Amino acid sequence: MHDHHESFWTKYIFSQDHKVIAIQYTITALLVGLFGLVLSWLLRVQLGFPGKFSFLNPGSYYQMLTQHGMIMIVYLLTAILLGGFGNYLIPLMIGARDMAFPFLNMLSYWVYLLSVLVLMAAFLVPGGPTGAGWTLYPPLSALPNAAPGSGWGIKLMLISLVIFIAAATMGGLNYVTTVLQCRTKGMTLMRMPLSVWGIFIASVMALFAFPALFVGGVMLLFDNLLGTSFFIPAVTLFGQQLPREGGNPLLFQHLFWYFGHPEVYIVILPAMGIASELIATHSRKPIFGYKAMVVALAAIAIIGFLVWAHHMFVSGMNPYFGFFFAVSTLIIAIPSAVKVYNWLLTLWRGNIRFNTPMLFGIGWISTFIIGGLTGLPLGNVIADVPLHDTYFVVGHFHLVMGVAALMAIFGGIYHWFPKITGRMFNERLGKLHFLVTFVGAYMIFFPMFLLGILGVPRRYFDFEALQYLPPQTHGLNIVITVAALIVGAAQLLFLGNLIWSAVRGPRAAANPWHATTLEWQTPTTPPPHGNWGAETPTVYRWAYDYSVPGAERDFIPQNVPLTPTVPMGVSAR
Amino acid sequence: MIANHGSNGYRESLTTPGRVGLWLFLAVATMLFAAFISAYIVRMGSSDWHSLPKPGLLWVNTAILLLSSAALQWARLNERQGNSQSARLGVIAAAVLSALFLLGQIWAWLVLHRLGYFLNTNPSSSFFYLLTAVHGLHLAGGLIVAAWTVRTRERLQLFVTYWHFLTIVWVVLFALIVLT
Repeated sequence: MHDHHESFWTKYIFSQDHKVIAIQYTITALLVGLFGLVLSWLLRVQLGFPGKFSFLNPGSYYQMLTQHGMIMIVYLLTAILLGGFGNYLIPLMIGARDMAFPFLNMLSYWVYLLSVLVLMAAFLVPGGPTGAGWTLYPPLSALPNAAPGSGWGIKLMLISLVIFIAAATMGGLNYVTTVLQCRTKGMTLMRMPLSVWGIFIASVMALFAFPALFVGGVMLLFDNLLGTSFFIPAVTLFGQQLPREGGNPLLFQHLFWYFGHPEVYIVILPAMGIASELIATHSRKPIFGYKAMVVALAAIAIIGFLVWAHHMFVSGMNPYFGFFFAVSTLIIAIPSAVKVYNWLLTLWRGNIRFNTPMLFGIGWISTFIIGGLTGLPLGNVIADVPLHDTYFVVGHFHLVMGVAALMAIFGGIYHWFPKITGRMFNERLGKLHFLVTFVGAYMIFFPMFLLGILGVPRRYFDFEALQYLPPQTHGLNIVITVAALIVGAAQLLFLGNLIWSAVRGPRAAANPWHATTLEWQTPTTPPPHGNWGAETPTVYRWAYDYSVPGAERDFIPQNVPLTPTVPMGVSAR
Repeated sequence: MIANHGSNGYRESLTTPGRVGLWLFLAVATMLFAAFISAYIVRMGSSDWHSLPKPGLLWVNTAILLLSSAALQWARLNERQGNSQSARLGVIAAAVLSALFLLGQIWAWLVLHRLGYFLNTNPSSSFFYLLTAVHGLHLAGGLIVAAWTVRTRERLQLFVTYWHFLTIVWVVLFALIVLT
């Protein structure tokens, strides 16, 4: 145990406490995400009211589009789910005192912060940030003067990604090792809460997927900076034949998507785990089909590594190749559907408490279903080809990996807020935040499916030259923009609620939701460095003993021994 | 700092967090080099690929790296038998051999450079410089981390495992370079 005095710096800044690191990761990611949100406002104002404002020109539109995508996927979602939730939940939920490698954990956050600073620096350099698209496809991203920000911007982007990968690897090694090695007595793998399972499997995926992006990024940096020709084919630029030939742009696409598709699940699996916690706890029922939930997570992870080329159906691939990737893509629908059924059956005849975390949990199910189902036509080559570069794709991925993941993140933050801060948030503000975000998100992204079917292409600065588009498309674009402005502004309710409640909120009980998992059984709230008192808890039962017949209360914590008066739930036997 | 291990309440385990962490890292590094190698093989198929002259020095370097691995293995065996004096000798020999290997690799760069093969001359030379650099950085990084952290028997063993891994990676990369 530790008993030495900790200064302000080692306690709050250069802390090795997983909880402090989690909060550092979360605050940084939320701030970066807020910035990405403002970028999306700029894009939407341009699309909804073309010509009325002059925030953007075609070049800067691409720059903001690129930065919005990269910021949201990598620096917000990945960072907050693994670095934030992973750090906070893993040790507490498995009964450990900290991560396996606390120093490496601290280093992970500071390296992440460095990657964010390098990313942001791109907005201050001559030429601005890169506008080559978040996928950074060469030759556009590799040639000078091909896209806006092809001087400093693209180089800083690639350097920032390489640094981020280093941070994510340090974190990932920690999360996986901690789950495998630091579980407390009685905490078998199949007694772990699904949040830990989701984060654990996503961390394994991150460890295996990020190296491909690292390799693609380093080779692209060489092409851009040092004159190599890994990805640059023979190109004529402004009538000038460039002194390069033979490079393979498709090679980059394969490397990128070998990372890029697992990345979707790196975000979604932790969100699935968190959603499972919200839904089981607040419907006072054991999660339905726990083993099937774990197997489905693993199945999604394994198949998730075999589907990457479905992002490249329009790249002119061999039809048999396309057939393979279409089939593997559609197979993922099976474990995903298993999970959806299990959440619905967990809700079925539950004693549902419609509090803020639960509303977001239900919002997760809704947006994941709609977002997931619209992925089925995109997984079919024949339907993907006409839909590929339209707003249908934009609507699909925003709902399924943007909004759905955010539903789980918001729900998770509200759910664990009392444990993290020791205070309660304002329930009415939380519900208002949910209502505006949930309804607004559908108003933003649902019309995009219609736009996509009408043939509105994505990545366009304006649609004036497209005579074939019916005038209603413009009306829809106005609706989307107005909704986006409102939903964006509503996030201030969330931030204001968190900040005010963390300081002024009423004191929270140690276990305000009457939850079973270990993080709610800490001797003090918020838990101190080291988490547990003299002894780490001993685990006697699975994570979901809610409403056990014959039990006195409707929940039995994992560290309560089995006796005739507190039996184990039927589903766990 | 909070000690996770040796404190009360933890599950009995056959291995240690350090060992698990190292093997996970080796898996990550394997993915990294696998991605480089597959990119190499794909890029090789283009018509502009020209085979690279292979400096004979690379064979010498390979032998030196194999020797450094052998020296570390010898150190590990001696450490296990309690001969810390011999173990120390093995580690020092390995460190010297590793430094020689890195110098040899840089020398090989200079040889190619004098022959007119620069980083951007041909994809084959681009890959040669890139792969040797990435491998060399892993070696150098390992040496630096080891100099700071190898204080216990367990950490020595982990370091030796890491070194064998990098030797194997080099043999694979070397074979790829020599055969193409």
